[in-house]
Amino acid sequence: MCVTCGCSSDDVRISGGAHAGEHEHVLPDGTVVRHAHHEHAHAHAHDHAHEHSHDHAHSGDHDHDHDHSHGHGHGHGEEPADRGRGIVELEAEILAKNDLTAAQNRGWLGVRGIVCVNLMSAPGAGKTTLLTRLIREAGVPVSVIEGDQETENDARRIREAGAPAIQINTGKGCHLEANMIATGLRELAPKPGSLVVVENVGNLVCPALFDLGETARVVILSVTEGEDKPLKYPHMFRVADLVLLSKVDLLPHLAFDKAACLANVRKVAPRAQILELSATTGAGMTALVAWLASLRTRLEADRTA
Amino acid sequence: MHELGITRSIVAIAAENAGGLRVKRVIVAIGELSGIDADAVRFCFDICAKGTVVESAKLEIERVPGRGRCAACELEATLTTPYGACAACNAPLRVIGGEELKVKAMEVDDVRDMRV
Repeated sequence: MCVTCGCSSDDVRISGGAHAGEHEHVLPDGTVVRHAHHEHAHAHAHDHAHEHSHDHAHSGDHDHDHDHSHGHGHGHGEEPADRGRGIVELEAEILAKNDLTAAQNRGWLGVRGIVCVNLMSAPGAGKTTLLTRLIREAGVPVSVIEGDQETENDARRIREAGAPAIQINTGKGCHLEANMIATGLRELAPKPGSLVVVENVGNLVCPALFDLGETARVVILSVTEGEDKPLKYPHMFRVADLVLLSKVDLLPHLAFDKAACLANVRKVAPRAQILELSATTGAGMTALVAWLASLRTRLEADRTA
Repeated sequence: MHELGITRSIVAIAAENAGGLRVKRVIVAIGELSGIDADAVRFCFDICAKGTVVESAKLEIERVPGRGRCAACELEATLTTPYGACAACNAPLRVIGGEELKVKAMEVDDVRDMRV
């Protein structure tokens, strides 16, 4: 683990860019630190390479704040208990390092008017398929940061669909973190006003905890997954700005109780938007594109305010 | 899972702030709604601390219960899930406690105790 910046990219490989593996961080005191963590196939010695600071992310500047009361907890008005001599009061957020990089990413994207969406779901819910379609219909240039444990298959699919993509292979890692996105953004060099989609590792548990600096979080739930998924994975669904119910073209073949599913989403994430779509038939794509455009409008308003 | 990474961060934060002194105790707050398994953190701690000034430190975990407040009527309630509906008016509850994930404090060897 890099103690300085809290990242451990020992196992992380980033491909598709010129100087992948190098990154820089600005420490709280303003010092700029540059590291090169060279991605290599043989660096698998560590049981879990990911050193990270975690937080429940705030997905950008949204009116409907996610009730994340922590992350701001630097002794707001509490009197520290008198613990005696030799005690060092810290009140140090464990996820502070990730959050700092996420804030830097958010700033970098914001000044360029680039909307960044963190796309999360269980494996197989349809993230990549949706993206290959979105690339053609979004109306703005799209670039993608792909996260998978192994293979470059998804990045290749995205490139074949016509958009630039960077593949991040986490090895044993189960989620993406802000420092990986920082490197990915630098490699992709997305244009101002464009859309960046981060396709997170297929996982309904861990990615929810890591702020990447995204503008918004989208969670895909497919109709083949079961109505009670939102209740089973509340940490993920509650941070969603948008829940996409995917593969709706299959509904006639399934005993899926859509109303129950939507009710469960609303229980866990009362303020999330919900859209239904099928990447196969195209149903719902217009509404999705419109929602993404509204993010752009809001980002522009914030930028020029 | 990533509790190993969380625990490494805890050790790193303690080590960075120890000023070279041996750490005797690390006090951490983990909220019941944080999504982090406190037992897994405890399990990893000794392994993560080995070879650092935090080695042999006692890990104290304060588990912070989940708490919610009604968006409409301000009624507060204990939460065991990161969401809920108000018992009085059925409006959604805002989570106001239980998501903490921080190193609260640590105890280092007092310099005065060190043998010369």
